[in-house]
Amino acid sequence: MNNLITSVGNWVDERVPVSDFWKKHISEYYAPKNFNLWYFFGSLSMLVLVNQLLTGIFLTMHYKPGAETAFASVEYIMRDVEWGWLIRYMHSTGASLFFVVVYLHMFRALMYGSYQKPREIVWILGVTIYLVLMAESFMGYVLPWGQMSYWGAQVIISLFGAVPYIGEALVEWIRGDYFVADATLNRFFALHVVALPLVLVGLVVLHLAALHEVGSNNPDGVDIKKKKDNEGRPLDGIPFHPYYTIKDIFGAGFFLFIAAFIVFFAPEFGGKFLKPDNFVQANPLVTPDHIPPVWYFTPFYAILQAVPDKLMGVILMGVSVLILYLVPWLDRSPVKSIRFRSWPSKIALAVFVVAFIRLGMLGLSQDSSTFELRLWTFVYFAFFILMPIWTRLEPTKAVPERVSSA
Amino acid sequence: MRQATITLLSKAVGWCAFALALSTTSAWAAPAGDLDAAGTNVFDTASVQRGAALFSNYCLACHSAKYMRFKRMEEDLDLTEEEIEEFLVPAGLEVGDYMLASMPYEQSADWFGKAPPDLSLTARSRGPDWIYTFLRSYYLTDDGWNNKVLENPAMPHVLWELQGIQRPVMETMEAEDGSTEVKIASLELDVGGQMEPAEYDKTVRDIVAFMEYIAEPAKLKRERLGVWVLMFLALFTFLAYLLYHEYWKDIKK
Repeated sequence: MNNLITSVGNWVDERVPVSDFWKKHISEYYAPKNFNLWYFFGSLSMLVLVNQLLTGIFLTMHYKPGAETAFASVEYIMRDVEWGWLIRYMHSTGASLFFVVVYLHMFRALMYGSYQKPREIVWILGVTIYLVLMAESFMGYVLPWGQMSYWGAQVIISLFGAVPYIGEALVEWIRGDYFVADATLNRFFALHVVALPLVLVGLVVLHLAALHEVGSNNPDGVDIKKKKDNEGRPLDGIPFHPYYTIKDIFGAGFFLFIAAFIVFFAPEFGGKFLKPDNFVQANPLVTPDHIPPVWYFTPFYAILQAVPDKLMGVILMGVSVLILYLVPWLDRSPVKSIRFRSWPSKIALAVFVVAFIRLGMLGLSQDSSTFELRLWTFVYFAFFILMPIWTRLEPTKAVPERVSSA
Repeated sequence: MRQATITLLSKAVGWCAFALALSTTSAWAAPAGDLDAAGTNVFDTASVQRGAALFSNYCLACHSAKYMRFKRMEEDLDLTEEEIEEFLVPAGLEVGDYMLASMPYEQSADWFGKAPPDLSLTARSRGPDWIYTFLRSYYLTDDGWNNKVLENPAMPHVLWELQGIQRPVMETMEAEDGSTEVKIASLELDVGGQMEPAEYDKTVRDIVAFMEYIAEPAKLKRERLGVWVLMFLALFTFLAYLLYHEYWKDIKK
């Protein structure tokens, strides 16, 4: 029996290098042994992505895109489809938690300089994943066709109207109609369910391929490939499987506990994940008093509000996301990890986090003070613009040759 | 090594506490305005059953709950098909039907100026407190029925025989710029109804509980199942931790 399995395995391996792939990316991929809590969020992002794909497939089986049918079909899923409510809540909660883990994953990269040479492309692919994720979640939010879906789409699409000369035509082209309507819903469905998930999965594959080519960074920012044993294995590296597969399963269990708590006991999350207004079917004749975006977009929405001119506001909002691409070159520090930098880096990162969270809170509210909006927008951009200065000037500590203990 | 695992665990516990704090404080502190707390309990089957009968009697003539099937109450509310048929389903509808209004929309739109809204999801869009306060805030003026929560509602006070007639107590308020404005300070029961005020509140609470139930029938099953899922995941995570600890013995020295 064993012989049979081995010979079938060999037969396949001679034709497709399955075991080589397994070795290269799993069993003989050497990761630094000193990963801490922050290193859970990469694998958790993958877990949420898989959750979104699987629950999304089942939702698609019952959801009916179309202005007349969409809202009712979601309620049909919630009531008459076996376990439909669970699948829907897993998908809607997953969307918010996706952004939670991705934000924490990005913060980890900022903290430990994971974007620095030679990982610039890993970072660029990551920022691109984040951009596509924003488009994906925005379009997904439109599909239930509630009041917030409808008017949120109206607000966001109309931002493209700020483009000089072609603005109006561009908005019409995106909507496929003179207002957000059936045509808009159907194309968003196509993009949300087919086009963007394909792009997303492709980018994730590239993100991992690029990472495995250069190897993972770690909290010390030590290059583990410099010290190897006789067989060429990094002294501070351990095989991803079984060590990190086991550790990530533990992390996944913990994460799922929190996720399940939300799904089963607070799926609306106090109106943050599912808004009360979205339980009213889209009505083009009734504009809600207040149309805030979902929480994960609010920091950027606040930056938009900080600028009086519409076009300048839209440009600044775009720049606030795109500026992330430049981080590998804005950071001029000779060391990667914040552990070996001085107080300017530590304070700058802390203030940036405060600015980002505060902008998020301001973006949710209807009457935020313009002064505060501008103050934190200024701080947000100052973090990136001044980064070359403090990272070059601050003293750094010597990076050890080996990582600190696991 | 021990130290490291303890640190990791304590950090994990900290994160969990943080998430819980977030979910219970900031997110829940929605602006309540002047609404009274409904104090409903959808798990109180008797209350929801009473609400079902009241809803069928007083609301269903004009309002639909078009996403809700009568039959669903059989599995959720301990009712038999015969009981649903006899007490809840109006003439012209079957037990397997959705809860549709007896009056055609065109007709009610003619009568009231606008079509009565569907009530399937009102408890989720407006919230239970809003409905509870709304149904207790009708008052009579010379121009007819009005409401403190929703000014000039299209709907008359259909429960007035139960509650009686409330009259507004007016109060002159002076604004900072010196202008004065006459506002309703409170409502006063002028003519008593069939019910004492406390009894009426309880009746409204039952209706709201039923509306909460039809807004999300799965809620009953959801929370009961959730306890088991959380217990399973706690055990799973604990076992995963032990496995992790065992595997990492050699690394953490």
